[in-house]
Amino acid sequence: MTDAMLHGHGDPYLLGGRPHEGPASKRITTGYGFWIFLLSDIVMFSCFFAAYAVLSGQTAGGPKGAELFDLRSVAAETAFLLLSSFTCGLAMIAADVRNAFWYQIGMAVTCLLGLGFLALEFREFAELVGRGAGPTRSAFLSSFFTLVGCHGAHVSAGILWLLTMMAQVFAKGFRADIMRRLLCFALFWHALDIIWVAIFSVVYLLGSGT
Amino acid sequence: MLGKLTWAAIPFDQPIPLITGAAVLVIILAVIAWVVIAGHLPYLWREWITSVDHKRIGVMYTLLALVMLLRGFSDAIMMRAQQAIAFHSQGYLPPEHYNQIFSAHGTIMIFFVAMPFVIGLMNLVVPLQLGVRDVAFPTLNSVGFWLTATGALLVNVSLVVGEFARTGWLPYPPLSELSYSPGVGVDYYLWSLEISGVGTLVAGINLVTTVLKLRTKGMTYLRMPMFCWTTLASNLLIIAAFPILTATLAMLILDRYFGFHFFTNEAGGNVMMFMNLIWAWGHPEVYILVLPAFGIFSEVVPTFSGKPLFGYRSMVLATMAICIISFTVWLHHFFTMGAGPEVNAIFGIASMIIAVPTGVKIYNWLFTMYGGRVRFATPMMWSIGFMITFIIGGLTGVLVAVPPADFLLHNSLFLVAHFHNVIIGGVLFGAFAGYTYWFPKAFGFRLHEGWGKAAFWLWLTGFYVSFMPLYAVGFLGMTRRMQHYDVPEWRPWLMIAGIGALMILAAIICQVMQLVTSIRDRESLRDATGDPWDGRSLEWATASPPPVFNFAIPPDVTGEDAYWRMKADAREQVLAPAEPQYRDIEMPRNSPTGFVCAFFATVMGFALIWHIWWMVALGGIGAFATFVVFAWRDHDEYVIPAAEVARIDGINREARRASLNLAGSRS
Repeated sequence: MTDAMLHGHGDPYLLGGRPHEGPASKRITTGYGFWIFLLSDIVMFSCFFAAYAVLSGQTAGGPKGAELFDLRSVAAETAFLLLSSFTCGLAMIAADVRNAFWYQIGMAVTCLLGLGFLALEFREFAELVGRGAGPTRSAFLSSFFTLVGCHGAHVSAGILWLLTMMAQVFAKGFRADIMRRLLCFALFWHALDIIWVAIFSVVYLLGSGT
Repeated sequence: MLGKLTWAAIPFDQPIPLITGAAVLVIILAVIAWVVIAGHLPYLWREWITSVDHKRIGVMYTLLALVMLLRGFSDAIMMRAQQAIAFHSQGYLPPEHYNQIFSAHGTIMIFFVAMPFVIGLMNLVVPLQLGVRDVAFPTLNSVGFWLTATGALLVNVSLVVGEFARTGWLPYPPLSELSYSPGVGVDYYLWSLEISGVGTLVAGINLVTTVLKLRTKGMTYLRMPMFCWTTLASNLLIIAAFPILTATLAMLILDRYFGFHFFTNEAGGNVMMFMNLIWAWGHPEVYILVLPAFGIFSEVVPTFSGKPLFGYRSMVLATMAICIISFTVWLHHFFTMGAGPEVNAIFGIASMIIAVPTGVKIYNWLFTMYGGRVRFATPMMWSIGFMITFIIGGLTGVLVAVPPADFLLHNSLFLVAHFHNVIIGGVLFGAFAGYTYWFPKAFGFRLHEGWGKAAFWLWLTGFYVSFMPLYAVGFLGMTRRMQHYDVPEWRPWLMIAGIGALMILAAIICQVMQLVTSIRDRESLRDATGDPWDGRSLEWATASPPPVFNFAIPPDVTGEDAYWRMKADAREQVLAPAEPQYRDIEMPRNSPTGFVCAFFATVMGFALIWHIWWMVALGGIGAFATFVVFAWRDHDEYVIPAAEVARIDGINREARRASLNLAGSRS
């Protein structure tokens, strides 16, 4: 307290009780800003979740979730995505020790797992549309395709970003600004996992029950 | 090849938009031609269009807002003229055109006047007040601005290519669904706001990160100027609320483009979900706009009263309380839509509670003035005008927050009068106060006081003459958005309101004159010290306009009202402060990323509106390629050598020292 008062020139109301040292480093600022972006992205997803919650009973005489969802395929999707987060983590460790070889391997495996996830999701969507249970069938299916599809669109964008980062490290190496972008990419990729866990629980597990 | 776009999209049969559009096009082409022929293009490109300097971007945001204010106001005066004429007659505007005008007026005024105005001022001022060199993400800042400009451009393109929405400023389904609005109007609305919404979100992330992570040494949270606090609160709301808008409009897009059933009458769609979602964004939006205005008044009132802000900590608390409570009142926008008495009661009470912190603020400003030596410069006039006007608007707001009263007043002109009362009296007066207050900071010379005061008095009286009659006519039962009417009791009130609109027109002419004469007489209005108002916060501690690096030496803050303390210390010391040790400064390089990206976003938005799918792909690929090119560049900073910093800073130090000595000898 006395220390804080000395530093604060008599102002005892320093939040955290210690003096402010000035602007944060670029790495901290970038990561912080990206976290805030992720929060805003999660707010957007929460709207699609809310819409799904409101409309999930509105099947308009069409099929319900329990008749449509194939939990084995969804389990495989989940496995792909969670594994890809693990390999993404490995790639980031490789980047931290500036090992380009293992970085590229880790990112490539992450990419393949992500593509595997997308392929399974695409197959599920195609099957549903083929059975006449496309998004235009009912409000329930509209909200289902939008929520799950929005996540899929995020994974697709993530893969585009991932490939760009592979190319960038290949061309430019582990520059400081590229390391900051990798930090953001990793945060993004893990956030997609968190959202998927929510989709898996709210949409597929709850929806498959009676 | 061109989707739905044919020659039929140009309104050859409607003289008003066609002639206006042609005139605007001629003016734009003339300006571009003048810029190119006079050789200003390289300067504009280098120093403004590609600039990542927060001050330049702030100025461009504000300029966009002022230009769009003219557009939004011409819609307003057309509506007032229509309602003054259209008694027992059709007036001069056919219904489908009138509906587009009130939709465009609301959309433009909120999204492309109020938003860029407050974001522009925050951009310009906040890094200066925090004592830092730029915002957290300078290039993203430029992207955000240009995406906002894209949205504004698309709305204006709708004037001459196709049509704008006829669904009001918030496109309530099912009217806005494809079956009832088959034209491109709603699509113009949707894509303009989706694109500019991304820009706003980027600005929000940027400013929150700036306030929370980039503050100069010693600038603890509770030493930040109030404007930084309200910026923080407002941008936290942007981050939490704008994704809701994006998602809600995306659902409407899916309904319209792919036959989804979010808000349709068929297949289980839920119209009320749109109302809930859009207002879960829409009510925080009100505070996104007004909190920065509160911040501006909290800077202006202490400066021109010569006293510290009364109750700084209660002001911080009130600001953050509003930030949170603003998310719990949205349902009061549709009390009449059947949520039931319990739900209505809860939201009614919450809406009254949110008036409490606002009341705290009003008292704080009043007590700041009390006992102070108040100088009635134009920014202070706007502030006092605000306090009186905003109290009336706030009280009518509390009135409509009472559900039984709201059942009588819902969608009447009383409501229209109420929200103009708070938005003009709160947001716009605040923006004008900030514009006059910080103009000398941005350009190094003051705005002409005489024209400014004339504009203020005309705006103030014009506002009352325009909108007080609307309260009355709302009580007489007139609903909003009427293209014609046949109730004789309404007519006199609408005639008076029309006269009020003419007074506001005169006020705006005064503001244009103020800008023109101030630029012409800038040498006599020049301020060499960088501190024309005897300011209290750090933006006044540097030159006007500030050098690109803002501060040659990062300021060390020891308490509230940082610059006021510095001045007091400097006056006490007989000897001038020692020459500082200058260092090289690294600044971010300018980048065309924002402009090019927005160009492709414009292409993509236009193509989406008209279903030109190949062009959509082109725009998307172009935008991605722009970012890749940006990511590939090798040098993102340049160095300003210490000697150059010393030279630039020396000029201002000299002028400042002279003015301080002068003030010292006077007192």
